[in-house]
Amino acid sequence: MNKNAFIISVLLAFFACFPVLFSNPYWIGVLNDIWLYAILGLSLNWIVGHTGLFNLGHAAYYAVGAYTAAILSTRYNIPILWLLPVAGAAAGLFALAVARPIIHLRGDYLAIVTIGVGEIVRIALENDIFGLTGGSNGIFGIPRPEIFDMRIRRPWQFYYLIGGFLLITIWFFYRLEQSRFGRALNYIKEDETAAEGSGINTAWYKLAAFVIGAVWAGMAGTLFAAKMTIISPGSFNFWESVLIFAIVILGGAGSIPGVILGAFLLVGLPEFFRNFADARMLFFGAAMVLMMIFRNKGLLPPLARKYAGVPRVKGGDA
Amino acid sequence: MDFFLQQLFNGLAVGGIYALVALGYTMVYGVMKLMNFAHGELFTMGAFLGLTLLGVFSFTEVLGPFGGIFVLILMVMGMVAIMGVLLERVAYRPLRNSPRLSAIVSALGASIFLQNAIMLMYGARFQVYPHGLLPNTPVSLFGVDIPLLRILLFLVSVFMMAGLYFFVQRTRIGTAIRAAAIDQDAARLMGINVDRVIQIVFIIGPALGAAAGVMVGIYYGQINFTMGWIFGLKAFTAAIIGGIGNIPGAMLGGLLLGVLETMGAAYISTAWKDAIAFGVLILILLVRPRGILGERVADKL
Repeated sequence: MNKNAFIISVLLAFFACFPVLFSNPYWIGVLNDIWLYAILGLSLNWIVGHTGLFNLGHAAYYAVGAYTAAILSTRYNIPILWLLPVAGAAAGLFALAVARPIIHLRGDYLAIVTIGVGEIVRIALENDIFGLTGGSNGIFGIPRPEIFDMRIRRPWQFYYLIGGFLLITIWFFYRLEQSRFGRALNYIKEDETAAEGSGINTAWYKLAAFVIGAVWAGMAGTLFAAKMTIISPGSFNFWESVLIFAIVILGGAGSIPGVILGAFLLVGLPEFFRNFADARMLFFGAAMVLMMIFRNKGLLPPLARKYAGVPRVKGGDA
Repeated sequence: MDFFLQQLFNGLAVGGIYALVALGYTMVYGVMKLMNFAHGELFTMGAFLGLTLLGVFSFTEVLGPFGGIFVLILMVMGMVAIMGVLLERVAYRPLRNSPRLSAIVSALGASIFLQNAIMLMYGARFQVYPHGLLPNTPVSLFGVDIPLLRILLFLVSVFMMAGLYFFVQRTRIGTAIRAAAIDQDAARLMGINVDRVIQIVFIIGPALGAAAGVMVGIYYGQINFTMGWIFGLKAFTAAIIGGIGNIPGAMLGGLLLGVLETMGAAYISTAWKDAIAFGVLILILLVRPRGILGERVADKL
């Protein structure tokens, strides 16, 4: 355990100093993307990794958050960082309304419905729904965020903003994993019938997990809107959902370090192979197939849970 | 009324294509309980292979319009069937005994891989099918002029579906497919080679999908590497509407979805056309999750 703490401290120190050591805005920008996708991955991980719900439309909640923040900040001049909880709540409410009737569906049915929801949201945004979303051009001129009168506009400033939010995200989901709620979700994922038999209200827990993941994706959407200052429906298509999903699955569903590693590999690695940019998705696809055949828990699968006084059983969390 | 009839025929023609693609999904789902995401890409592959073959050999000039297209479709069906079998061998068979989550992820991965392979081979731009492969004179039916192509499209898909229905209901192999769909273990105990059945399903499904791909190319005139995704999704929707795992259900669902979507586009809004299809999907799953003709779905013991 001490070894782990040491590795984490070294990594934290390294990434905290990164913008100082390497003042290359390009690589800082790449890391900003990685942090953002790590946040999105962790939010989806709560739904896919911990609860076992197949959500292939996560971009929808991300989009609702981003658009809520963009619309409110451009129309009413509300500082965008204040809108984090508002955008999260909007995405959460939307998820609640959507997931409430479908949460009981079996794995692949849920997958196809979430794809459908994602597409409906994208089409609605493209068709300028309620005259608010600006059609396929999207919304531009989203104001930069400000913290204590400091306007955040440079990559390194965003680096600390998004990185800071990532740390909060990690802490939040880590605590949630350890909680009664997290244990209940694990039980549901491993054996839903047994969980229900032990008095766990499975439908309620699944719905709550779905909504929490959506709320977090909505907040990530706010950060995205603030970073880009311009958003359009194209950023929230099906492939976005697939990318987030692949980050979770390839990195290691249910494992926080796994998801972060997934974000590094799927978002960061392609930057090193720009010459093969067209073949990027080809490799993703092949990697997903091979990974499922040879290592279906992902690169860094979650460790078995440890309880006080009970020795850890090897492979007990299978 | 004329407008309505025209839209109806239009919807039936598109619905026939959905139905053909939906059959591939529903048969695989019936036997393996797996959503074969990559099926849509096999459909795209059919469209592109058809285009390539047309470039190599001018079928319609040598064999006449109908014979030429017939031979073309048969060749494409054969080639894509081989790909279907390969797909099953590489991406699904190693996962036969894995958790379902793994198989679905593998299917999604295979879909992404194939779609991008097609893009790298043929490019990302729209490709144009040669014009006037089939005569497209308007035919007067019930007092409205319907393009011949539309009628042909509908007839071909109905003919293929009828053939499949006969095959599944009346032949020994068809009986084996139905048995494996009901209970794989029991089928195995009865001496049915389930691996063979799965292989046959992965021949028939992709072959029908490929035929649909060529038909789409001829009908719409242009194809793109992403078309399999949206067609596949709608075809899967059609399969669910009819009741997944149920062969007549997929046919019914496909035709129904085609008509609903065309009517929606005609009377409500074209921009929302795709959203209508998914709206129908969600509605069906809420009201009658097992589909019109299907088995029970809700996740209960």
